Amino acid sequence: MKSTRRNVALTLVGALTISALAACSSSSDGETTTDAAETPAADEPVTIQVAMDEGLEQGAIDAFDERIAQFQEANPNITVEKQEYNWVGTTFTADLAGGTLPDVFTVPFTDGRGLIERQQIADISAQVAELPYADDFSENVAVAGEDADGNMWLIPIAAYGQGIHYNRALFTEAGLDPDAPPTTWDEVQEAAKTISDKTGQAGYVEMTSANTGGWILTTLVYALGGRAETQEGETTTATINTPEYKKALEMLASMRWDDDSMGSNFSHDWGTSHADFAAGKIGMFISGGGDYGNLVTQNAMPEEDYGVTVLPLEGDDGAVLGGGTLAAVNAKATPEEQAAAVKWIDFYYMEKLTDKDAAIADAQVTADQDQPVGAPVLPVFDKATYDESQEWIADLINVPLEQFAPYSDNIYDQPLAAEPPVATQDLYAALDPVVQAVLTDENADIDKLLSDAETNVQGIIDAS
Amino acid sequence: MTWVRGGGLSALILGLPLLFVFGMFSWFPIVRAAIMSFQTTNLVTDPVFVGWQNFQQVLADPLLSTAVLNTLYFAVLALIFGYPIPLVAAVLMSETKRGKGILSALAYLPVVVPPVVAVLLWKTFYDASATGVFNTIVGWVGLGPFPWLQDPATAMPSLVLEATWAAAGGTIIIYLAALTGVAPELYDAAEVDGAGVWRKVWHVTMPQLRGVLFITFILQIIGTAQVFLEPYLFTGGGPANSTTTIMLMIYDYAFRFGSYGKATALSLMLAAVLAILSVIYFKATAKWSKS
Repeated sequence: MKSTRRNVALTLVGALTISALAACSSSSDGETTTDAAETPAADEPVTIQVAMDEGLEQGAIDAFDERIAQFQEANPNITVEKQEYNWVGTTFTADLAGGTLPDVFTVPFTDGRGLIERQQIADISAQVAELPYADDFSENVAVAGEDADGNMWLIPIAAYGQGIHYNRALFTEAGLDPDAPPTTWDEVQEAAKTISDKTGQAGYVEMTSANTGGWILTTLVYALGGRAETQEGETTTATINTPEYKKALEMLASMRWDDDSMGSNFSHDWGTSHADFAAGKIGMFISGGGDYGNLVTQNAMPEEDYGVTVLPLEGDDGAVLGGGTLAAVNAKATPEEQAAAVKWIDFYYMEKLTDKDAAIADAQVTADQDQPVGAPVLPVFDKATYDESQEWIADLINVPLEQFAPYSDNIYDQPLAAEPPVATQDLYAALDPVVQAVLTDENADIDKLLSDAETNVQGIIDAS
Repeated sequence: MTWVRGGGLSALILGLPLLFVFGMFSWFPIVRAAIMSFQTTNLVTDPVFVGWQNFQQVLADPLLSTAVLNTLYFAVLALIFGYPIPLVAAVLMSETKRGKGILSALAYLPVVVPPVVAVLLWKTFYDASATGVFNTIVGWVGLGPFPWLQDPATAMPSLVLEATWAAAGGTIIIYLAALTGVAPELYDAAEVDGAGVWRKVWHVTMPQLRGVLFITFILQIIGTAQVFLEPYLFTGGGPANSTTTIMLMIYDYAFRFGSYGKATALSLMLAAVLAILSVIYFKATAKWSKS
């Protein structure tokens, strides 16, 4: 009797497990194989979820809703639902695997190649090729969204070069001229010390967590003329244990331990650094040059306090680490949803870059809601197209352009270099502890840290 | 038919919901994880079987030894602080004549605070600047400011301090319940024999609590081996990997790098080690428990 019961129970459990497994595998099969070449029916009703930045002010949300209404009017068969979303390195993979991402979402340039290689996003290259500006993307920018054969799976929607954001109010309080920000790394260090001594706030802050430590360290290294990886044919070599990485870390160590000008928090990530900077707790920090919108809209920074300048470049190969944002379509979207998603990307992100009426309409809606219009960024296409688009909306520009001058007067003349091409986020992640060690351990052995990191990163590159 | 008449069928029907819930939410994920540990998968494209590759890669990961040592360090610190403190507190509270209820409630209060809220609260307490809450307090007696979470040497003890505060209440309640089961006659007899408070605790309370102590000890070991919340929310494993634990490594494999195969492989290895440890512990202490 006992054994019969046990057998029945076991059979039941087995059946449950097998049926659940079967259900899971069949659903994942069905969802992942979407054929890009399949032609979707033209006017079938379709609903798509699109990403909207998290934590926006009501004005920005209203502006977004207005754009949705305009899109739906032009495309009556498409219903657009907004979903709050920000790309966060530590949760993106989980969102992707869990299927909780909207149909249209954005990722940094860093992630494009990996997502394509692992086929974790929809192949929309056929639809993208039909867009009128498909061949006009700046070469540096286009490559971030293309596979090895040049098919564009992700659409570049914004590009930036890294810059030094600085708080003009803290500069003034410290007796520094906010219109003449530092132009060499020595001046950056001196200004950081002055701000720290005179105001009690952190003079300069370095992000260290959630892959940002490696990202910003590599930005410094690029500016000093180094690179994180070199490629020869198919072979990629990690170049971490180099004089440039050592110099960058020694500079940080000097600011931290000799000058004590970096505050007391050494676990900043993207979000906390931006929040603290906007709150007036940080004099200077390095991040993407296009972060003004986030600082003012999501972190309520007073616009008169904001300043930004270019990174000082040293050596023959000194370059600005470039980056940007790509729009992607969820791999689980049906062909109809994919087609609608590409239309949305074209409407919401791209038209304003290429079409005068669209540019003005977008800027008008944004300005009406008191949201920033016209903050300088890098061109997605060419400089002439970008300049033209800025002229279209000149009357609507509401950001204090003169405060961007140290950045916008120089960034277009600086050489731009793409991020390390292989296992980028893993490389950044491997460098996080190196930066943390230098900032939290006065006796950190920089040579050993770099040597270990290089071995580690080379292993990651070889395995990828 | 005998089985049906004997109530087997009705028992099975009654048990079905339970079997379903356990099947779907406990056993199925375990089976799925076991399968996944032999696969390369990103949960979007089709998985590929790769044999023992995930296990080999995890064992070859230079971070593994750091994570194991950090987890052991956390476990040892948590045992030193987290094991005796609730016991002492419970014994003292059980000796208190008045206000036992209020004391129990106060002790249990941290357990009621949602863990994430508690950690985020403590994170602000641990502010490394001279104006941080803890630094202000230690400043009153001329100490500090200490870097707390911002230094590889002090980060882990800081985590243990919060974890002990958060978990002690639950253990105290278990000990208090067990203490009420100790027959008062034993204390009376000890008193007649001239035993003081400490002799009563040592010769009456402790032997009577032995069974509970064994269980809480192994639960503590298992709990600390799986520590995740504190390093994840306080430090993200930093600074410089000084608080990276095995569970955080599993999380990073899965949700930071998308290597679900490696994450499940390490999970299985951790589960196996804990299972073996538990068996050894129970075998080793079985004789002592019965004596």
